[in-house]
This record gives sequence, C-alpha cells and structure tokens, in this order.
Amino acid sequence: MLNKNPLWRYLVVIGVLLAAFLYALPNVYPEDPALNINASRGGVVSETTRTELEQAFLAANITAKAVTLQEGQLLARFGSAEDQLRAREVAERFLGGSYITALNMVPTTPAWLRAIGASPMKLGLDLRGGVHFLMAVDMKAAVDKNINDLVQAFRVDLREERVRYRAVQADLDAGQVQILLRNAEDVAAARDALGKNDRELLFTEGAVEHSLLVSLSENRIREIREYALEQNITIIRNRVNEIGVAEPLVQRQGADRIIVQLPGVQDPAQAKEILGATATLEFRLVDTDADLGAALDGRLPAGASLYRDRNGQPYLLENRTMLTGDHITGATSSYDEYSRPQVSISLDAQGGNLLSNATRSTIGRQMATVFIEYKPGEERAADGTPVLVKYEEVINAATIQARLGRSFRITGIDNPAEAQNLALLLRAGALIAPTQIIEERTIGPSLGKENIDLGMKAIMWGMVFVLIFMVLYYKAFGLVANCALIANLILITGFMSMIPGATLTLPGMAGIVLTVGMAVDANVLIFERIREELAEGRSVQQAIHHGYDRAFATIADSNITTLLVALILFGIGTGPVKGFAITLAIGILTSIFTSVVGTRLLVNLFWGGRRTQSLPM
Amino acid sequence: MRIFRFTEPLNFMRLKIPALMLSMLLVIASLVTIGVKGMNWGLDFTGGTVIEVGYNGGADLSQVRQVLADSGYPDAVVQYFGSSEDVAIRISPREGVEQSTISNEILRALTVTSSEPIEMRRVEFVGPSVGDELKEQGGLAMLAALIGILLYVTMRFEWRLSVGAVVSLAHDVIITLGLFSLLQLEFDLTVLAAILALIGYSINDTIVVFDRIRESFRKLRDATVNETINDAVTATLNRTVITSLTTIIVLIVLFTMGGALIHNFATALLFGIAIGTYSSVFVASAVAAQLGISRDDMLPPPPPEKEGEGTEPLL
Repeated sequence: MLNKNPLWRYLVVIGVLLAAFLYALPNVYPEDPALNINASRGGVVSETTRTELEQAFLAANITAKAVTLQEGQLLARFGSAEDQLRAREVAERFLGGSYITALNMVPTTPAWLRAIGASPMKLGLDLRGGVHFLMAVDMKAAVDKNINDLVQAFRVDLREERVRYRAVQADLDAGQVQILLRNAEDVAAARDALGKNDRELLFTEGAVEHSLLVSLSENRIREIREYALEQNITIIRNRVNEIGVAEPLVQRQGADRIIVQLPGVQDPAQAKEILGATATLEFRLVDTDADLGAALDGRLPAGASLYRDRNGQPYLLENRTMLTGDHITGATSSYDEYSRPQVSISLDAQGGNLLSNATRSTIGRQMATVFIEYKPGEERAADGTPVLVKYEEVINAATIQARLGRSFRITGIDNPAEAQNLALLLRAGALIAPTQIIEERTIGPSLGKENIDLGMKAIMWGMVFVLIFMVLYYKAFGLVANCALIANLILITGFMSMIPGATLTLPGMAGIVLTVGMAVDANVLIFERIREELAEGRSVQQAIHHGYDRAFATIADSNITTLLVALILFGIGTGPVKGFAITLAIGILTSIFTSVVGTRLLVNLFWGGRRTQSLPM
Repeated sequence: MRIFRFTEPLNFMRLKIPALMLSMLLVIASLVTIGVKGMNWGLDFTGGTVIEVGYNGGADLSQVRQVLADSGYPDAVVQYFGSSEDVAIRISPREGVEQSTISNEILRALTVTSSEPIEMRRVEFVGPSVGDELKEQGGLAMLAALIGILLYVTMRFEWRLSVGAVVSLAHDVIITLGLFSLLQLEFDLTVLAAILALIGYSINDTIVVFDRIRESFRKLRDATVNETINDAVTATLNRTVITSLTTIIVLIVLFTMGGALIHNFATALLFGIAIGTYSSVFVASAVAAQLGISRDDMLPPPPPEKEGEGTEPLL
C-alpha cells in the first residue's frame, strides 16, 4: 500500500494557499500619509476643486503623489507625513471654512490586487490610535417628551370637540396622561374624541371618579424609541463628519446605544464637545422692507439682524422669533405632487398654535429657518477648554403660502439631497432624547504604534521558538509541521483581510500568538500516532495512513469544542474580546486545514510513494 | 527525540484519590481566598476612569499625586505602568458628576502644571452601568461555554466523561481565579478572554485523553477500568506535554514581549494551562472513574463521524 495524493488535494491546498496569499499581500505594502477633503453641509467638491487644489499644492512646493476625486470626496496622497501636514495647512487656507480636511493613512495596495477586492486588515483602535465612545440615548426623556406633547394635544382636541374637562395632566413615572372629567358621559365623549385621532392610544378608567388614563401602545413606544435612536445616529453622524476624521464609524448597538469610533483623533476632549454640541432652530420672518445694502454697510434697521446662509448670501431677519425648534416633532423629506423634493414638518400642539398665530397676518412674506449650533472653535480658554462659539446659519428661506398649523411643508427645494439634508438639520434642532457617553476608550497614536510593534514581535518570536522546537523534536516531520505553521499564518492573515467585519486588535494578536502555540497540536497528535503505529510493527505506509485517520477524529472533536468557546466569546464579548474571538476561531479552522490536509500532502509527497523502512522522525 | 518512552502504562489511577484530594484542597483554598480577599476587578467591571500619561525622562509620582489632590481627586490611585516614564491614574466612579469629562479635567491639570509636555497615551472610562453589564456578560459567557461543552461532550461521549470534563474545567477556572485573587492581579476584560481561551484549551486537552479512553476501552477487552484509563493517559502523555510545552513557550514570549497591556492576559493563560495540563491528566478521568464509568458505557461504538472535514471558516 502506498500513500499517494489525489489530484484534488493538490488543487485544493494550492488554491486555498494562493488565494490566502493574494489577499494577505496588501498588508505588506506601506501606507501613504493622505488628506481627505469633504465639503461640509452637503456642498460639493468637483473636478474644478481638484485641479485648483493641485495647483495650490504645486504653488506651495508640495508634491502630491496623487489627488483624486472619488465618492464625492478628494483624496490627496503624499510621500511623507511632513508634506501631509503642510498640505493640510495649504488646503485649509485655500478652501476656507466650508470644507473639512482630515488626516488619514491610506493603503497603497496596487491596482491589480484592488481589482480582486484585496485590501489590508482593518486595525482596531488599540493598534492605530483613536477614540471609541459608547453613547446611551436617554429613552425615558424621549417617551416623557411624547407624553408631555400628548397633554398639549389632548387639551386642544378636547376643546375642539367641546368636551369639558377639569384637568389634563402627565404622570411621567407611569407613562400616562390623566384626564379628569365631570361626569360619565364626558368620559365616554373624551374617549371617542381622542381615540378617533389616534389608534395607538390605550384608554383605561382611572381610580379617581370620572377620570380617564391614556397610555401609549407598546407599538408606539417602540416607534418613539426607534425614532429617538435613529435621530441621534443621524445627528451624530453629521457631527462626526464635521470633526474631520477619515473613516469614522457610527453604529447602533442594541436598543438604545450608539458606538462612535474616530480613528486618529488625538484630542478626545474636542471630540466630546463636538458630539455633545447643542443645536437649536429658530424660524424668523425676513425683513423685506429694510435696505439690505445699508445693513451690509453696518446700518442695521431696528428690530432686525443680519444672517447669512452657507454660500454667504446675506439675509436681514426680524429679531422676533416665530417658533423655536424644540416644537418640531418630526421632519422628513419626500416629493410633492409635481415630484419636486419637499420637506414635511410636524409640530407639537403648542408649536402649532404659535405658528398659526404668527402666520395669520404674514401670508406672502418670507420665513427663514436659522440653524444655531454651539461648537468648540479654534480658541481656547485659559484652562485649555475650547471656547464654544455660536454659529448661526440660514438653512432655508421660503414664502409663507397659507396660514400654517401643526404640520406644514417646505417646497421648492432644488434637489432631493438638499431636502434630505434640510430634514436632517430640522430634526437636529429638536433632539428628543439627549445622549450620554457611558464608555470611552482612547488610545494615543504612539501607544497604538507601540502595541502593534509589540504584537508583531511576540508573534515573530513565538513562531521562531516553536519552529525550532518542532525541528528538534520531529526532525524532517518537524519541518513539514513548520511549513503548515507558516501556511497557517498566511491563511489567518488572508482571511482576516478578506472578511469585511474582522478587525485586528491587541488581544487579537495575542490570539494569533496562542494559535501558533496550539496549531502544532494537530501535528503532534498525528505524528505521535504514526510513531505508535510504527512501534506496534505496522509498515511505514500503513502507519502514515492509520496515523492520519485515527488522529483526525480526535482533532475534530477537540477543536470543535474550542471553536464552540470562540463562538460564545464572539457572541457575548465586546470590542477587544471580539477581536480575540475572531482570530481564535479563524486560527482553529485554518490550523485544522494546514495541519491535516496540508501536511498530509507533503508527507505523502515525500514518503508516501516510496517503499521505505523507516521515517525521519 | 522523545520525552517519554514507556513500555508499560503508568499507573495514574493509583494517584486518583490523592490527586482528587489535592484538587479539592486547591479549589477550596481558592474559593476561600476569593471569598476573603475578593477579586481585584479592573476598570471594565467596576466602572471609573483610567488615564495613562507619558512623561519624557521619567515621572515624579508624588508630584502627580499632589496635582491630582489639588484638582479634587485625592483618592486617585497613581502608579507606574510598564516603565517609569508612564503613569497610570485610576479614579473610582463617582456620583453626581458628568463622569466622562473627568479625564479632560485631569489631563488639563497635568498639562498646565508640568514643565515638560506630557503625552496622552490612553484614556478609558467605563460608566457604572456598563461595568455591571460587562460583569454579567462575562459570567454569562463563562456559563454558556461550560454548558455548551457539557452538552457537546455528553453527545459525543458519555455523561460521566462529560461531568469529568466540566468538573476539571471548573477546577482550572476556579484555581486560576484564586491565583488572581491571592496575588491581587487586576481582573479585566482581557483576563476574562484569557479564562475563556483557557476553557477552550483545557477542554481540547481533556477531549484528546477521553478519545483515547474510549478507544482503549474497545481495544483492551479484559482490562479493568483503571488499567484502561492508565493506558489511555500514558499513550497521550507525550502529546499532552509537547502541546503544553509549545503553548507555554509562546505564552512566555507574550508575557515578556507583549507589553504591559497584555501582561495579565499572559499570566492567566500561563498559569491556567499548567493547571489545565495537570487536570486533564489527573482530574478529568479520575472523576469519570469515581462516577463509575465502565466498559459497557462505551459500547456500542458510535459510528465514525467525519465532522469538521474540509471545514471552511464560519465567520
């Protein structure tokens, strides 16, 4: 009996190794210091911006490797970090305040590798430096606000339906609205009046005589929570873009949490301020009687002030606000009957009244929406905290077509993107639930670099020692096991680079080191088994065959349990622990492949086809 | 080259009772230590703030403490971290303040008072609610791992072996926790990951022995239970020792070269694997033997399964 390799085994092993090698390859190429440039507030960067910027770099004597325009942002690569920093100054001066520049490191994966979708491994924040925040959305506040809005709405509705009530009050702890009425008929009337407007309300008789308790359905509460979370995510995403970070991550976690990851941010204090910035909205009438030109020269008419929109277009607005943004309960972009983009806005009851009064005699005039945000500026107070600067910007001016109420629309918006952005800003002005940072993990850039170096060193030396040990102990078979070990490392790297969600973390690197130590286990099992079979007097070929065969059941059993643990770790763990679980799981799978299928190939190749009397082990 | 060369199976089961006694003693001692001294829970579980700052050319701890006391943090724990240039500042959770801004205040205070520029190396803040959750999740993960293994081993082997495996796992985990409690080493998320990895490693070890026990039961028809177990443990001893050895080699590398952040992770695994190797040789099968496993329990032979062949990554 001889141990020969069937053709499929060659094909599978060589195919898998080749694929892993190709996908692991991008990790070898160094990264270029680069600059990401985005337009802020939905503006655009165009081909013109690109060429102009290129000229500006040339004029400042900075050689950019490439300036490219992709997915609406400009990417400029440089040869050195020094050039990158100087280029940032040039770009900021040249482009002005309506653009955001972010420092970045971009991979230099060659085009042919990119063509097959290969890219380097993603590094966790503990390896590249940056800020990780976990934010909790205050869901109680969101529901409370809704209950309070209901109280307002009920009063209006009951009055309209001519149901006489003694009191309508909120019981926030119970999540209910209590309505006190005069008699049983009124209770029934109130129930009818309120129930027909909103099917998601639940009515129960109160303990107090002639009272009605109204609570929100499970469904509605879920909707409120979803809305609060989604709203916060969009707002945070918008703000994060303004911080100027390349590749930020804003992601929901569970029912009421948001993960924010900002790679490369070196000033967590500033990031916190920006994320926590408060924004408000105000609606004001445009003062069309006064002379705008005079106002621009500094002669402001009484009762009005000068504002600008993001293009610098000036507006003269009345100082009296018609409505503030906290009355907005929702804003969505859609299309009107002529398929033009529009934004529909709904207000709470009080807001509806205010706007209705304010627009009674102003039909035909222009109403401007002013977005006000407090953001940390360049300036610092004596103690180092960034000074909050008030930014006011006109985001929309529209003609009042009719008397407005609880819901109205802004039409005549140029394009859908603009409408979407306006809706977002309108919602941002009325955050229904505040957020709080409940976890922060910041790694400075130097520590990140240090961690990666330490991890690489540990993997390398761990590998070297195990390689030496295996050769000493199993001689030629040790070399075979070593080939498997090296192939295993390539496979792990390849898979980690291939799987989109996999991120390499410091515990992940520890997991790789551990895998290196444990991966030889399968080979040890096989080789020990072969030795045993030989000792029992079997022929070399039979020993190889039975050794692999018998050891495999054991290898499968023992690794499945370890895999089970890795999966549990992945399912339950967070952040760094997940990183560890991923490398452990991948390591287990790849090591089974290399040490069982891979080594069998080599063993059969070298010793399987010969009638030898002994094995070099 | 070979570590052990045996012509006769070693009589491990002769040491069954002393080994079980020793293990019981160690487990009880560990539980007592944990009960008396408690665990030194890290930031991940207690909540609070840790700030690591780097001083070029060495830091003066007493000065740092003074600055912190002046800024209203007299209870801050200040220690060197890894080297005398790095300082770790720990602040326990406090009530009624916006805790996420504590790190900002401290970094500012340190920057203002230091003559040289200092470097922010690491800031970790964990809110109290998150800490509780992580603790809960960690416990749950460990429990889930143990139950999952219990089920799998019962399915693949036999309930007595399954109990033996889980008892020896719990044994490894408890004694490792005991060591952490005794030395008051910080127990954080990475250590939890290490403990779970240890469960994975140790079960791996135990299964290899069990697999062999099953085989020996079928092969040695006239042998007693003790003889059968001895045969199996002896046959796998070389493998047990070599795999532990290579794993311990890489862990020593990790311990010495992996940096301060990975130190406790490596410690937990190093110690745990030593204990795990001992327990898979002495404890797991001894428990199964004490529970009265017999040859009949291992028959009829389960059909040979080809699980895991050509496995592709699941993730």
